[in-house]
Amino acid sequence: MSDTASGLLTIAVLVAALAAVHVPLGTWMARVFTDTRDWRVERLVYRLCRVDPASEQRWTTYAVAVLGFSVVGVVLLFALIALQGVLPFARGASMNLDTALNTAVSFVTNTNWQSYAGESGTSPLVQTLGLTVQNFVSPAVGLAVAVALVRGLARSSGAEIGNFWVDLVRGTVRVLLPLALVGAVVLLLGGVIQNLTSPTEVTTLSGGSQVVQGGLVASQEAIKELGTNGGGYFNANSAHPFENPNAFTNLLEIFLLLVIPFSLPRTYGILVGDRRQGWAVLGFMATLWGLMVAVVTWAEVSAGSGPLGGLEGKEVRFGIWPSALFAASTTGTSTGAVNSMHESFSPLGGGGVLFSMLLGEVSPGGVGTGLYGALLLAVLTVFISGLMVGRTPELLGKQVGRREITLTALALLVMPALVLVFTGIGMVAPLVSSQMLANGPHGLTEVMYAYASAANNNGSAFAGFSADTPYTNLTLALCMFLGRFVPIVLVLALAGSLVAQRRRPVNAGTLPTHTPTFTGLFVGVAVVVTGLTFFPALALGPLAEALS
Amino acid sequence: MSTVTNVIKQSLAGLRAMLVLTVLVGVLYPAVVWGVGQVAARGQSAGSLVSSGGRVVGSSLIGQQWQGDEWFHGRPSASDYAGDTSGGTNLGPGADPDAEVAKRAEAAGLDPSTAPADALTASGSGLDPHITPAYAVAQVERVAAARGLDVARVEALVEAHTQDRIAGFLGQPRVNVLELNLALARLSAPGAG
Repeated sequence: MSDTASGLLTIAVLVAALAAVHVPLGTWMARVFTDTRDWRVERLVYRLCRVDPASEQRWTTYAVAVLGFSVVGVVLLFALIALQGVLPFARGASMNLDTALNTAVSFVTNTNWQSYAGESGTSPLVQTLGLTVQNFVSPAVGLAVAVALVRGLARSSGAEIGNFWVDLVRGTVRVLLPLALVGAVVLLLGGVIQNLTSPTEVTTLSGGSQVVQGGLVASQEAIKELGTNGGGYFNANSAHPFENPNAFTNLLEIFLLLVIPFSLPRTYGILVGDRRQGWAVLGFMATLWGLMVAVVTWAEVSAGSGPLGGLEGKEVRFGIWPSALFAASTTGTSTGAVNSMHESFSPLGGGGVLFSMLLGEVSPGGVGTGLYGALLLAVLTVFISGLMVGRTPELLGKQVGRREITLTALALLVMPALVLVFTGIGMVAPLVSSQMLANGPHGLTEVMYAYASAANNNGSAFAGFSADTPYTNLTLALCMFLGRFVPIVLVLALAGSLVAQRRRPVNAGTLPTHTPTFTGLFVGVAVVVTGLTFFPALALGPLAEALS
Repeated sequence: MSTVTNVIKQSLAGLRAMLVLTVLVGVLYPAVVWGVGQVAARGQSAGSLVSSGGRVVGSSLIGQQWQGDEWFHGRPSASDYAGDTSGGTNLGPGADPDAEVAKRAEAAGLDPSTAPADALTASGSGLDPHITPAYAVAQVERVAAARGLDVARVEALVEAHTQDRIAGFLGQPRVNVLELNLALARLSAPGAG
C-alpha cells in the first residue's frame, strides 16, 4: 500500500468514527445539561462543596464563580509546584517560580504551554494531583461557559443562565470522566505506561546505559487529548513512545482530541430546539478543519521530496501523513499536543498550523471554547450579512443590537491584540530575539507562534524558541490568562443579554442561519477576519520563508 | 447580597470544589486505571521491558544508542537516546540542511544522495525505536561483515523483523532496532565478535 492510500484511509477511518460517535455523544451532552435529577455522587459533591444545585445564577454570579474557581485553581497549582521539592515523590524535580506561575496559569486556562520539560520539571505528585486534575476541570469550565451561552439563545425572557457548579460537576462526572476512563484503558492496552516506579537505569546490549522512565501516563494521556489540553507527561509530548507507542494509539489520540468539539454542535442544535442550527455550525467547523488538514498535509508531503525527506522531527512509526493530520487537528482544537516537531515542518506546513490557531480555535476548537468561539463568529456573520441586505440582524430570534455586537466584537478582538502586540514587542526587544533558535522569517514565526499559542490557549510550540526566561514566562502567562478569561466574561455577558430577550418568531425578514449559504458566509467571515488581521505578519514570517 | 460577599462565597465554593474534584479525578481515576493495568496489561503498564540473559536491557518502545559496526543503528537523535530527556532538534527549514545532512551521513557511513531519509533525520522524540526497512537493509552488509555472518542470513533476519503497517494501513512499515539486535545477538551468540 502506498503512503498516500494509507494516509487517505486513516483520515477516512477517523472521519467515519467521528461521524458515528458525534450523534450519541452530542445527544448525551444535551441530556446531561438539561437533566432535572442529580446523580448520587454529584449530590455528595454538592453537599461537600455546600452549593445548592437547584438555584440558578444570573450571568454576573456565573462569571464570578468561573473566575473564583479558576483563580483558586491557579493558586493551588502554583503552591503544589513550588512546594514539590518538600512533598512526597519529589524525585529531584524543580521549577523556577516564574516557570511555576506560567505552568499554573497554563494548565488552568486549558493551554498547557510548557516551558519546562516533564522529565525534570514535575514530580509524579504534581503530574497527577495537579496537572491531571486541571486537565479535567479546565475543559469542564469551557463546556459550562458554552452551555451557558446556548441557554442564553434557547431561553426566552429570563435572567438566569444556569448554575456553574452543576455544569462543572456534570461535565466532569458524566462527560469527561467516563470517556477518559475508556480512552485510558485502550491506550494502556496499546502500550502507554501506567506505573509508580521511579526512572530506572538499565545496561543496554551494546554496553551503554539508559534511563527508562515511569509514571502514571495513560490516565493523564487520555484526558490530555479528550479535554483538548495537550500538556505532555514527557518533553517530547505525543512523539514520546511512552505517550504514543504506535500508529493505532496515534489515531485514537487524534480521535479523542476531536470528538467532544465535533459533537457539541449537535448538543447546541438539540438545546435550541432546531438540529439544523447544529448542522450549520458543524459544517463550518468541518470545512475549516478539512481545509487545514489538506494544506498542512500537502505542504509536508511536498517537503518529503526534499533533502531531509520531510522526516526531521517526525517518528518512523507514524510517517508524514499521520504527523500532518495530528498537527492540523491539535492546532485546530486548542489542544497543543504534538506527535512531531512543528518547528521542523516546511514553511507552509508550519505556517498552516500557525494559521489554524489564528482562526481563533474554531476548527473545531477546544472543549466548549470551540462552540462559543464559533457562536461569536455566527453573531458577527448575521450582523454583517444583516447590514448587507438591510435586514435586522438576529440569531435564533434574538436581536443582535448594539450591546450584543459590542460584546461580540470585543471578545473576538482580545486574541489578535495580544498576539500582535506581544509579537511586536518581542521583535524589537533584544531579550526575546536572543531566545530565537532561527534568524530571519523563521525566527519571527517562532515568536509569533509562541504568543498565538498562548493567547489562543493552544499550548503547542515551535520548540526551538527558548521560552523559559522570566520575561517570556510572565508575558505568556498574561496572554494565556487574558486570552482565556476576558472572552469568557464577555461571552457570559452576551448570554445574560440574550437570555433577557424574548425569542421572536421567524418571519419573512429573518435571515435563515441553518442553510449551506449561511455556512458559506460563516466560513468566509472567519477566514476574512483572520486573513485581514494577520496577513501582514504572516507575509513577513512563513510566506516570506516559503517564497525565498 | 453585596458583590464582595458574593465573590468570597463563590471562591470558597471553588476551593471546596477543587479539593473534592481532586480526590475524584486526581486520586480515584488514576488509581482505577493503574488497577486495570495491573490486571489486564502488566507488561505494557511497566513499559514493555525486554530482557536478555535474565536482565532488563531496555524497553522495546524506546530507541537506544548503538555503538559498533556489529549492531544495527537507529536514527540520529537530538539527545543521543538519553532516556531522561526527550525532544527533537527543532532544525527548521531555514537552516542549511546540506551541512547537517553531510555530518549525519558521515556518522552513519552512508552516501547522502542515496541514504534513506530516516537515516539522515532526527526524530521528534529523540527516542524513536524504529528505522525504515530501507535503512535496515542498508546496514546489512556492514553488520554481517563485522560479525562474520552470511549476508543472506542477516537479510533474512531483517525481513523477519520488518513489521507491516498496523491492520495493513495505519502508520509505516518499520523495523524495531532493539528487537532486531536481540535476535542478532541470539543468532551469533556462540562466536560473537
